[in-house]
Amino acid sequence: MMHTSCPIPKFDFDIITLAHGSGGLLTQRLLEWGVFDLLKNDALLQQHDGAVLEVEQKIAFSTDSYVVAPIFFPGGTIGDLAVNGTVNDLSMCGAAPRYLSLAFILEEGLPVLDFWKVLVSIRDAAQKAGVMIVTGDTKVVEKGKGDQIFINTSGIGYVHPKAYIHHQRIEPGDRIILSGPVANHGIAIMSRREGLEFETTIESDTRNLNIITQQLIEAFGDAIHFMRDPTRGGVATVLNETARQTNWGITLQQQAIPLEEQVEGACEMLGLDPLYVANEGLFLAVVNRQSANAFVSMLKAEKGFEQAAIIGTIVEEHPGTVVLHNKAGGRSVVPFLTGEQLPRIC
Amino acid sequence: MKYLNEYRNPELIQHYLTELHKRALKPCTIMEVCGGQTHSLVKNGILELLPPAITMVHGPGCPVCVTPVSIIDEAIFLSEQPEVILCSYGDMLRVPGTQKSLLEAKAAGADIRILYSPLEAVSLAAQHPDKEVVFFAVGFETTAPANALSVVMAHKQGIHNYSILASQVLVPPAMVALLNDPENRIDAFLAAGHVCTIMGTDAYEPIARKYKKPIVVTGFEPVDLLQGILKAVVQLEQGLNQVENQYSRIVTTEGNRKAQETIDAVFSVQDRNWRGLGSIPQSGYEVNEQYQHYNARMKFQLHEQQVEEERVCISGAIMKGLKKPFECPHFGKACQPQHPLGAPMVSSEGACAAYYHYQPSKQQTPHLS
Repeated sequence: MMHTSCPIPKFDFDIITLAHGSGGLLTQRLLEWGVFDLLKNDALLQQHDGAVLEVEQKIAFSTDSYVVAPIFFPGGTIGDLAVNGTVNDLSMCGAAPRYLSLAFILEEGLPVLDFWKVLVSIRDAAQKAGVMIVTGDTKVVEKGKGDQIFINTSGIGYVHPKAYIHHQRIEPGDRIILSGPVANHGIAIMSRREGLEFETTIESDTRNLNIITQQLIEAFGDAIHFMRDPTRGGVATVLNETARQTNWGITLQQQAIPLEEQVEGACEMLGLDPLYVANEGLFLAVVNRQSANAFVSMLKAEKGFEQAAIIGTIVEEHPGTVVLHNKAGGRSVVPFLTGEQLPRIC
Repeated sequence: MKYLNEYRNPELIQHYLTELHKRALKPCTIMEVCGGQTHSLVKNGILELLPPAITMVHGPGCPVCVTPVSIIDEAIFLSEQPEVILCSYGDMLRVPGTQKSLLEAKAAGADIRILYSPLEAVSLAAQHPDKEVVFFAVGFETTAPANALSVVMAHKQGIHNYSILASQVLVPPAMVALLNDPENRIDAFLAAGHVCTIMGTDAYEPIARKYKKPIVVTGFEPVDLLQGILKAVVQLEQGLNQVENQYSRIVTTEGNRKAQETIDAVFSVQDRNWRGLGSIPQSGYEVNEQYQHYNARMKFQLHEQQVEEERVCISGAIMKGLKKPFECPHFGKACQPQHPLGAPMVSSEGACAAYYHYQPSKQQTPHLS
């Protein structure tokens, strides 16, 4: 979300220049008045080369880079993605995220106001997810060598003692549960991309999934066999990877897959298959048959997950292949994409 | 999603399937002309729901597939000129040329943009007066009006740094070419709904009469396709050979006059080379004399290099209804979408690529056959 409630401090510069990445006085000003002040916590304020953390239990560790364009889009910013993305990757490991690192690669010429807005969104997303940003880095590259802002975050989380999440635990009969409607993020981004702009109220689904997944693990423990968040490549890609890893088959019921009408319409118009479109606040869970209904009920009771549904089953047939039972009553394979999904001519 | 959901209604689909199973008793071979229809039939799993008497044959109506490699090479050559911004519909980018694809040219630094409308390319030309913007105008009669309109608009606005590389092909001559082949086994056609939206249905009357084949103008959703197939089956049963319009919610007899006028203003009809079918007389559009300045072939003095097609491809036999994709020894082996040996494996609307993606062969997944 874009927050305007946090006024930008008075910098004596309007745009980012190479000097802001030089390590000199301007770097100090940018960090002290901008980054540190906004994200402050004990570890960060040490301003050391790294953070020293107390860790007592099994941890999960993950990293991801964020290069989305445009950096502001309906429903979020690149900053939201950078926090939620790593938080969610840790959540899928059954972990409660605690600490994040935050590294920027800024392109020369970036308006400081834009950088500030991204920082504010990072602070808000971190607060919402309950994570601390404990170490970071800022580099500036020449104009044309980057695209406004690139962000890398890495994160550490404590693995829930009841979590036992591994693809080898998946077995035939398990149910596949999807936490909400597909394709909102990808379509929100497309609606703002240069040359493709179209009027819509579709917003990105970017959100942190750590709180809900920790609650589910607490309630269902090792009945949850596997979790993944279907970001790049969408639901189809994650399920194809899962089918190949396990060498079980997967059947999906098209009728059961939540998809908002507006998003479906945009996908039709753009010639895209919603199952391959990116999501940023969704997760897929593979849960044993006995617990699946209760799992979905608990999920649906939470705000923002009302459309959660069982969308498919792990089967012994067609090993390594995902098969969709479509609304027409027919079946078709849901293939791995050869590359990026490209819009069709007709 | 109005006008789409009604045509995906499971009860209606079931109704038409039941009807088809009752009516289609004698073996018949029906060709759906358009790649969009092939895509929908395979993706919705309709082929395996049809009664065994009906054999669907997948026609030449995938514009990506039938674009000759030589024209892909021309587009790549243009994209590599430092002053050129090459604009294209998305699915042309992955098609391999002789050396590489447009996607690979883009990765190597060519300025290639994916657009949804050629009019965006005209705006791009206005924004970049120091560049030459070329639109890769691929398609059947469906995309021709918008591509022609972009030329008219550029001319009206005095934009001279815009041109199109046309690879426009026409459906009726391709149908005639297939029917003239004595080996063909086609009993009836589902004509391409969107092509007829532009051109109307008149052009199909002489074909239906001369070759004594029912032609049903058909849409793209499951209910459309099943209705279209049923109409064809009923005509065959009654010994009729009429042009019928299943897609009447969009298609009229005379078509879209305005669109046709725009096409006629900018394009002239020419002989054309089709990947998989060879040269077909009077089967394509090229920018006419009046708008020569907007013809990229003239502007950049391109001379189409003939590229020898792989001889192993059986696309001719597939389009004539003699063979199914998985009966080809190269299907899914040497011939895959990443390195197609022939036209139908190029885009997901081509018969072979559609089978490859959505309905792998009997050997690969016994459950689906």
